[in-house]
Formats: sequence, C-alpha cells, structure tokens
Amino acid sequence: MQGLGFVKKPTIKLSAASTPASTPPDTPRSTSPLSKVPAAKRINVMEEYEKRSGEKPKLNLVVIGHVDAGKSTLMGHVLYALGQVNDRTMKKYERDAQKIGKGSFAYAWVLDETGEERDRGITMDIAMNSFETDHRSFTLLDAPGHRDFIPNMISGTAQADAAILVVDASTGGFESGFVANGQTKEHAILARSLGVQQMIIAVNKLDTLDWDQGRYDEIVERLGIFLTQAGFRKSNLSYIPVSGLTGENLIKKSKLVPWYQGPSLFELIDAFEPPVRQLDKPLRIGVTDFFKGGIGSSSGVSAGGTIDAGHVQVGEQLMVVPGGEIGVVKALQVNDETSTWGAAGDSVLMTLTGLDIMNLSSGCVLCNPLHPVPVSSTFTAQIVVFDLKVPITSGYPVVLHHQSLDEPASIIKLISILDKSTGEITKRNPRHLSKGMTAKVKIQLTNRPIPLETFKDNKQLGRVMLRKAGETVAAGVVDEILTYGS
Amino acid sequence: MKLINKTLEKDASGHVTLYPEELEDMWHVYNLISKEDQIKATTIRRLQSESSTGSTTSQRTRMVLTITVESVDFDPQVGLLRINGRVTSENPHVKMGSYHTIDLELNRNFTLYKPEWDVIALERVEDACDVTKQADVAAIVCQEGLANVCFLTQHMTIVKQRIETPIPRKRKGSVTNHEKGLQRFYDQIYQAILRLLNFDIIKAVIIASPGFVREQVYQYIFDQAVKTDNKVLMENRSKFVLIHSSSGHKHALNEVMQDPAIQSKLADTKAASEVQALEDFYKMLNNDPDRAFYGINHVLKADAHGAIGTLLVTDELFRSADIATRRRYVDLVESVRNTGGEVRVFSSMHVSGEQLNLLSGVAAILTYPLPDIEMEDEEEHTEQN
Repeated sequence: MQGLGFVKKPTIKLSAASTPASTPPDTPRSTSPLSKVPAAKRINVMEEYEKRSGEKPKLNLVVIGHVDAGKSTLMGHVLYALGQVNDRTMKKYERDAQKIGKGSFAYAWVLDETGEERDRGITMDIAMNSFETDHRSFTLLDAPGHRDFIPNMISGTAQADAAILVVDASTGGFESGFVANGQTKEHAILARSLGVQQMIIAVNKLDTLDWDQGRYDEIVERLGIFLTQAGFRKSNLSYIPVSGLTGENLIKKSKLVPWYQGPSLFELIDAFEPPVRQLDKPLRIGVTDFFKGGIGSSSGVSAGGTIDAGHVQVGEQLMVVPGGEIGVVKALQVNDETSTWGAAGDSVLMTLTGLDIMNLSSGCVLCNPLHPVPVSSTFTAQIVVFDLKVPITSGYPVVLHHQSLDEPASIIKLISILDKSTGEITKRNPRHLSKGMTAKVKIQLTNRPIPLETFKDNKQLGRVMLRKAGETVAAGVVDEILTYGS
Repeated sequence: MKLINKTLEKDASGHVTLYPEELEDMWHVYNLISKEDQIKATTIRRLQSESSTGSTTSQRTRMVLTITVESVDFDPQVGLLRINGRVTSENPHVKMGSYHTIDLELNRNFTLYKPEWDVIALERVEDACDVTKQADVAAIVCQEGLANVCFLTQHMTIVKQRIETPIPRKRKGSVTNHEKGLQRFYDQIYQAILRLLNFDIIKAVIIASPGFVREQVYQYIFDQAVKTDNKVLMENRSKFVLIHSSSGHKHALNEVMQDPAIQSKLADTKAASEVQALEDFYKMLNNDPDRAFYGINHVLKADAHGAIGTLLVTDELFRSADIATRRRYVDLVESVRNTGGEVRVFSSMHVSGEQLNLLSGVAAILTYPLPDIEMEDEEEHTEQN
C-alpha cells in the first residue's frame, strides 16, 4: 500500500507525549499522593469540610447573555453596592471611562480590566470575582456575550453551579439577542448542556422603558416557552426586572417598581441551592489557567481551576493529564484566600513544584496519581443536535469543546438515532442527522488525545460541546471511551 | 511541469517524459505513479568496490536507472518524493532485480511507463503541465494562543508552522501576565512570517481569526516593520487581507475561502472552487436529501440510473494500489461524463478534500431525486440484522 510519509510538523510548543494513562484507569500505582506529607501534618479534609459546612456553602455563579445585555455593568454595580469596590476607585473608573467616551461603562470596568476590553467596551474573557450574600459565598464568573468569545464562555460555564441570564429589555434589544443568531438562546442552551439547572433571568434596562410591565411580561412569556423547551424546569427558574445602571432591585427591593412583588436580585441569588459535591470521588481539577511563577514567589508554576471532584491539600502529589508528570502542591488559595486545603466545588489557585510548564496545556486536568483521568482520541457520545444549516454526515468536522479546551475533531460514524424520551434506538446507521435529533455517534480527535471521562464517572469531565463555523451544532455526554492514550 | 515526450500505443500503454519544476509537480507525480508502473530517472546509488588489497570502499555514483514501482512516499513539508522498487534496466553497476530507492529530483527529466493510461492519469498530466495562474496564497488562521501558518497552492494546503503558546488569562487585579503573553504570541507569528513568506511568490496574505486577534496581529507586524525599517514588508502591505473566521484551527480555512472579500484573489483557484462544490453538496443534502448521496455503494446505484449531475471524488481514491478498485472509480468517472455530468477531482491536500475523504471520498449531486436508493439500503440492512 502506498503511504504518505509526513514529517512531523514543526511546532513551537511541544505537545504532550502519550501518558501512562494509556492503560485504562484503576491501574494502581505504588505511591500514595500524600506520601510526601509527614503523617502528623496530614489534613483530614473530610473533617475540615464538615466544619466548613457550618459556614456559608460555596457556589460558582456564571453571568451569561447576549452581547451588550449589561452583564458586566449589572455585576459591577452589585459588587460596588456590596462595598467590594471603594468609592475612590469607582470615581476613577467614571472619570477615565468618560474620557474615552464610554461613560456608561464605568461599572463594567470593575470586571473588564484589560485595556482592550475597556477601549472596546466589551468583555472578552471570563472575569472572576467573589462576594457573599447572607447565607452563601459566591465565586462570580462574568462571561463575554460576543459570539466569537463563546469558547471562553463555555470554559467559565463548565465550572458553574448556577447562572444569571441577563436580557436587554430595551426596544429591539431583546429581539436581537433572541433571534437564531443571537446569544440569548445559545448561552441558555450551552448552560443547560453544561449541567446548569438553576437560573435567574434578569430582565435588564427596563429603566429605559419607564418600567413598563407589559414589556416585562412579554419577555418573561417568550423566554419561558423557550427555556422549558431547552430542558429547564420551571421550578428552577426565577425572573426579575432590574437596572444594572441605576441599581434598581439589585440589593434591595425597588420602590419604583410597584408591580413587582418578588425578592431583590441579591435575595434571589441567596436562595440558590448549593449542589451536592463529589468529595469522595478521585481528585480532578480542570485547569483553566496557568502561568510561570508561584503565588507570591517567583519559583514554580501556578495553575488555576475548579475542583470538579475530590479534595486537595498542601503537600499532596498531583498528576498532570495528558503527560503524566507529577507535581507537588506548595501553596494553595481558595477564592483568593490562602488555605491549606480545598474541596470539590472550590475555585483554586495553586503553586506547584516539580512541573515543567511546557507539560501543561489548556484543558489539562490535575488528578490523583493513583486514579488518573484517561486520555482518549476516540469515543462514543450521546448528543442532541441543535439548529443546523447543514446536516451532520459521517466525517463531519467540528471543534470539540471540553472544559477549557477546544480541539478539532470529526464525527466519524453515525451509530444510531435515539428516541428523545425513551432512549430507544429508532434508526441504525443513519445517513445524516438533522436538527432536534438525539443520536449516538463516534467522535475522533484530529490532532491529539484529550483527557476525558465517561459521564457516568464524572459529570463535568464527561460533557462535550460540538461547534462549527461559530455555531454550536450539538452537545452531549461521553458514553464509552474507545481508545486510551494517543 | 514540462511535458517533454508522450508516446501512447493503441492498447493504452505507453510512456511520458516529464520535467518537474516545483513542489506542486511532485504532488502531481505522486498522484500519477501506481504500483507496477516503471520509472526511469537519474538517481544516486551507493556502490561498493573492492580493491585488490581486499578493502572495500563505497562511492556514491549518479546514474540512470529504471525500476518497477513497489511503494511511494511523499513528504510535502520537505518536497521529497521517494519511490522504491526493483531495478529492471540493464546496468553495469547494479544487478537486475535488486531494490533501489529513487528520490525524484526537481529540474531533471524522468520517464514514466504505464501498462494502461486511463483518463484520470492523462488528465493529471495535462493539469500538471498547464501553465495556469498559480495563486500562491499564505493564510494565517489564529485565535488567542494558537496560530496555523499555511500555504495554499493550486493543489495543496500545507501547514508550514503551528504556533501554540499558553496565554495566561486575566486575573482580578492583574492583567499584565495576559497582555505580556499576547505580545509574545504576536511576536512568534511575526517571526514566522519573516522566516517563511517569500513575497515574490505570495500573491496575498490572509490573516483570519475570531474576535480582534487579526487586527492586533496586523498592527503588531507593521509596528515592528516600521521599527526595524523592513522595506519588503512595507511594500507588500497591500497584499494583507483581514478576514473573520470562527477559530484558529486549520479547517477554519474553509470559511475563509468562502468570504467574498478574497473571492477575487482566489477566484479561479482549485481550492476555492472545491470548497464551493462541497458546500453545494451539503446544501442539497439539507434541502433535498434524495438528490445527494455519498459512499461508493449509493453513488454507484445513482450512476446506474444515469442520475448524477456532479460527481465529487478525491484523488486519494486513484492512488489505490489495487488495480481493480482504481478501475472501478475510473469507470465511474467515465460513466458520469458519458451521461453529461460533471466530475470534480478534489485534492486531498486541501481542507475540503480532507473533509470529502472523511465522508468516504466520493459523493454525488443528482439531477433528479432517487428516494429508492435509501429504501433499498434499509431493506438490505433489515435483512442483514
């Protein structure tokens, strides 16, 4: 057989080699991850977590919505109202924003901190912040609304337990976000596909319409129909009229809106149910960010992410997947505060020693060396097909989004079409898939394998989104891993 | 490629003498050569000679050899075409029947003997020797932290360099890491452009990205050009075109080539017309699925009805070593042409060709719907189950 002898393409960054996890998981290794911590110093994280549970439960909250709906302004204003931003800083933002003709963006600057974001008046990447309500402690993730930045929005939403969907109620504003190409729908669908079930819909900018109840009701009704179709349960959704700019209904109930009898945004946020955390499962931390230099020091490597399952403490050994390199946690911060341990659901920043930064890549996972996350190039998944221009055929190229990474992949085989409600096979070996179908497919990564788990083993690491040419075409869960390693 | 000589017998056997001039010609030869063909070319052979004292010395000698082809390897990055087979020409230095590998060289004649020159092979020779406009275009598709620097020629899309740099994200209170990371990334792209792009051949430089990356990259390149007084870059500024794409991955080139902004620059290139043909197929599949089929079985059935209006095939199908399979595809092509249909041979080195390969390598747009094909298929499947 004639062959194509391609020389490896020259790359600046070395991609990780195949990992020891080319053996299926649950192959025991010899050393315990806590072997480097003297017994006396080992922390019983489960006990500590119990103690902490007496305090406010922690949740990760993502703010999503169409571009210019007012997400950053709304949350910037909330943070300011809670006293997180001092008056002097706020005045400075107002002055500087006025200077470049973006006076109304002053509150957004609390979250949009890069020069480019401020100049353009948009959020380009997730901004992380934190705040507390009466009974809860939140890590806030402000997402970009522009469709080009959806990969960043996916990365943030993958970490979230609950969401606020911001919609622009001004004339034409809601409409432009709600049409097929707008992000109101796409963000809601993505949030649902990423496992977010609880959502507050903040109907924003009603101050421009003199708090017209008719408009509010119209939006609530149209959105309600859509969200139910998208799979949200009515009991998990709340609606509220607000103004991010003027501050109405944010912390306290507004007197300007007599027809709205519900709680303020702050109170609604306080009512989110904390999810059940997977503390007893093997450690998994999806890395969303990494850079050279430790927290406060210049040596080591810093990695930030959310603990999807299990728990971690200072001194513990972690494995980087893909790659298989082992590092040690030297320092740890949970929600920007120094800590000696972290548990599932916590947003952490860690200083790691013993790792070469070249072995880290976006979308890598830090895990327990005794139970590493498998790495795969081929797997089957059960997917729901969204609105498509072109039907899915075998060989359909997509960009696969998984946590923080996106990699080119192809749907190499259409296995079967399933019934939406019963899950039974209605057709084998279909020729193509069109919108609305639920199907089982085989997906293959084009360039390199990624860390992946079946949905049964880990809900966060088992979700995949498939996008093509700037649109989300399907989303689903990993059913079976077919190849391990590269 | 220059055609020096073409001699065909009545039984379709014969030989052709060609003179390859550039990298693309190697690609054409790769597609022309099949197992069992014979090729005569100048090559280098290491000869061992034993002197009277018994010590052996080896010398590399240039000679002309004819070999019967057994395997072919092509490396587009380096432009190397390697053909391996048994020697069949009488030669004072080399024993007949021994193995030899020819590294085909540019700017030297070679002769290819085939037992049968079919329509695909003959068209390939014509295509290769046609002095049509060469639209050599460079395209950089990028997103934050990832860039693919590609060359597009008539028949090939080659990724010359892939740049991947982790860029730290903005953190509360500190954006310097992020901004520094971005500058480093833009610089790597700039260096790649300086090193890889030959502005004498390149007609256009496309920078494509989602968001604002392309504007930033463009700005960086020309700020640096001014700083370092790079006249070549500044003179060629007008060749740069900025286009929106949805990602920095290689297949985003598909979207780029459909953008009207560069249609004029790429109008008559093979790459652009292939992208369009594949789009047409998908549109038909969406609008009238009984008029679009893929996979050899369905397509053959459609052809049996004489219903194929446009046939899409990739050149990979014709590189099959199995003569019977190649024959099958050649017959299909001739049959479609006989019924008045159009045939498009996709280059598997273009992004759309890769996509078509994944779709089985053969697809057809019919002139009228044939719902029977799908129904017959289902019956066969239920019988098998």
